[in-house]
Amino acid sequence: MNANDNHRSAVPLLEMQNVSRHFGGLKVLQDVSFSVPQGGVFGLIGPNGAGKTTVFNLITGLLPVTSGHIRFQGDDLAGRRPHQITRAGIARTFQNIRIFKEMSLLENVMVGMHAHLSYGPLGWLAGTGLFRSEERRARDRARELLSWVKLDHKASDVADNLSYGDQRKLELARALATEPRLLLLDEPVAGMNSVEKTDLMHEIRNISARGYTIFMIEHDMRFVMGLCEHIAVLNFGRIIAEGGPEAIRNDPQVIEAYLGREDDETHPQGAPA
Amino acid sequence: MEALNNFWSIYSNLVLSLGINALLALSIWLTLSCGMLAMANAAFMGIGAYAASVLTLNYGWSFPPAILAGMAAPAFTAFVIGKPTLRLSGVYLAMATLAFGEVVRIAVLNTESVTGGALGLNGIPQLTEWWHVLLAVVLVMAGLWRLRRSKVGRAFEAIKEDETAAGLMGIDVGGHKMLAFVLGAAIAGLAGTLNAHLTFFIGPNEYGFDRGVEILTMAILGGINSLLGPVAGGVILTVLPELLRSVGDFRLVLNGFILVLIVLFLPKGIWDSLRTARWLGGKGAGA
Amino acid sequence: MLEQQLVNALSLGCVYALFALGFTLIFGVLGVINLSHGAVFMVGAYAALQIMARFELPLWVGLLFALVFCGGLGLLIDFLVLRPLRARNAPHLIPMIATIGVAIILNNGVQGLFGAGSLRFPEGVVSSQSMDLAGIHLTPLELGIIVLSFVMMAVLLLALKRTQLGRALRAIAESPKAAYLLGIHVEGLFYMTSFAAAALGGMSGVLIGLYSNAVFPLMGQPMLHKGIAVIILGGMGDIRGALLGGLFLGFAEVLSVAYIGSTMRDAVGFGLLFLVLLLRPKGLFGTLQERKV
Repeated sequence: MNANDNHRSAVPLLEMQNVSRHFGGLKVLQDVSFSVPQGGVFGLIGPNGAGKTTVFNLITGLLPVTSGHIRFQGDDLAGRRPHQITRAGIARTFQNIRIFKEMSLLENVMVGMHAHLSYGPLGWLAGTGLFRSEERRARDRARELLSWVKLDHKASDVADNLSYGDQRKLELARALATEPRLLLLDEPVAGMNSVEKTDLMHEIRNISARGYTIFMIEHDMRFVMGLCEHIAVLNFGRIIAEGGPEAIRNDPQVIEAYLGREDDETHPQGAPA
Repeated sequence: MEALNNFWSIYSNLVLSLGINALLALSIWLTLSCGMLAMANAAFMGIGAYAASVLTLNYGWSFPPAILAGMAAPAFTAFVIGKPTLRLSGVYLAMATLAFGEVVRIAVLNTESVTGGALGLNGIPQLTEWWHVLLAVVLVMAGLWRLRRSKVGRAFEAIKEDETAAGLMGIDVGGHKMLAFVLGAAIAGLAGTLNAHLTFFIGPNEYGFDRGVEILTMAILGGINSLLGPVAGGVILTVLPELLRSVGDFRLVLNGFILVLIVLFLPKGIWDSLRTARWLGGKGAGA
Repeated sequence: MLEQQLVNALSLGCVYALFALGFTLIFGVLGVINLSHGAVFMVGAYAALQIMARFELPLWVGLLFALVFCGGLGLLIDFLVLRPLRARNAPHLIPMIATIGVAIILNNGVQGLFGAGSLRFPEGVVSSQSMDLAGIHLTPLELGIIVLSFVMMAVLLLALKRTQLGRALRAIAESPKAAYLLGIHVEGLFYMTSFAAAALGGMSGVLIGLYSNAVFPLMGQPMLHKGIAVIILGGMGDIRGALLGGLFLGFAEVLSVAYIGSTMRDAVGFGLLFLVLLLRPKGLFGTLQERKV
């Protein structure tokens, strides 16, 4: 798997085709089209209120599209409920972290494996061999995923006790547990200090190297430019630019969109650190 | 042995009622554990009681198949009303299910030919033995204990904490809620069946609003973080009126006072408060 | 004949509305489902009855006494039971259960003190002569109920909409924390609401006691059920909804007794409720928020 293969790979993993989302008279998204290719890290950026989280909500089935199509591996996702979309291979983290606070880290990640545990009521009622082996597999896999984000030493701790940065990492591990092909990260470094951000950048590179396709929404331009091979820019519900980091950085429309807002995380020109 | 026999002849009804209340509390625990405040279990208890009693009384069925019918009837009803009802959440769900309880009560009142209407059913064969109740409680507790430790139990807890996030983990939220609802109904029906064949008389007023509220109180009082909580709650609410019998006329007043005091001073319910006190603040996850 | 039924329905509906109003106030402002409201209602009837019977006092004294006594009782309940639970942010199921305990205390306490039998208000307290008002026959009681209820409802609605106090209450209903930060004296207003709601409950108890000529310890229970049905029909926490819901229930009950038969009377409320919830989950007037005064 070569994370640097770009638009020339076969079918794009995710395609947004003329997607619009209206809410009453409010046009949140208008005629949005872009493709997320297989492999690599894809970024969606744009000023606050541009509609980025709505894109994620549409993809994961939390909201219906008003018009247009969303295709995942060629299949139209219309009409599918969130849990069906997850089982098809799309996982997601949230801007305002939604881990299960009263469960342990291990249990949080094990919940993510729900769809992949293949025992039924007879299994858990009777405690059959299949039940035991599947549960063991779930436990082991959960520990493995926690070790990927370096949280395995806290596996039995209650999730509520974690620091903010650790909670984000837990969410990441939990999303990975659903065995996705496409991982949607909603502002993964919001609220983190620069040490934590560098840390997470590392983790995401590792995860990408393992073959997961990553699609992230982020504000922090430095972070995005450092990680993403392809970027799309959303402004007022419309895509205004799409391409590699260099192209985006120099695009006049993008510069104007960001300069027109107070956004102290952005560097419209000049090399990021 | 003599003492045991004496004890039994005086208190057998109490002990059996205790078991039945424990079953009821466990039935609502199931729906509470996935975050639903569904209060239809009194109605389901009634449906089960009436279904089984009509079969044994009027059609001479033997006990085991009657018990199955007493569990199947409420389970089926739960399945039917579940689809529209479980869309509701929070207080609306609670009230809709309470309302359903009253609807059932009125339905019984108005179907005299089958259910005996306001006069109830009298002379139900007293088929319940102590071991029926014991077996029921043990089996239900064992089943629920296993459920908690499986992916279904984790799914319930996830749904309780955050439905949306749970759905995005690949959990079919609607399906799981329905499962909890139907299973809870079946257990409540079991309790109703056993109760009817113990007290040999049932009437429509036993399964209404007040009973529904009582069942909820048992579960919350005991604490819903573990299986023993609801059982403890059931025990307290059964035993307390008996203990206070000697106080005479005002024993129920005292009952009310104790309820208020427990709510005020033991916030996690009795069982969970005792547990946390024991484990010196180590709030472990799981179990 | 229909106008007769309509008058019955209107007076019954008014009392239901008053009861529901108290219930809704507590839910809207304090966020608690107060299951002791039925018991307070019953205490109101007993309070008025006792003071009128023992001291041979007229009805208006009885009403006033019930109002004040129940208001005080509501205040006491809030102070002793609900306030400590507020202080530790208990999830809203918990206060509800505490109010169940309070209801048990009140119901059984009254039964222990006054017996389980049904009592009546003294003879001649209200004249039962039918009056003729623009061709409609109604008793002074019915007229009194209707007038009194409308006056109270009007006062309340105006207070909520037009006064500073009303705005403060509505702010608390939206968000107690935000209201507190705005300098609103939230605790004090909680006490006041508890007092007012209980007073309304007690008053409706007296009115029903007169209307049905029966005062007994468990009279609050069916009322509580109807109150719940009403506020859900009207949308939880919505004042207009409670009023309209109460009137609606009164009409539905009376008309169903007249045209279907009296056995279904109590079922009407809950049957309607169940249907409405299935079709329109937030009630007839409910909005997205659960707390709204």
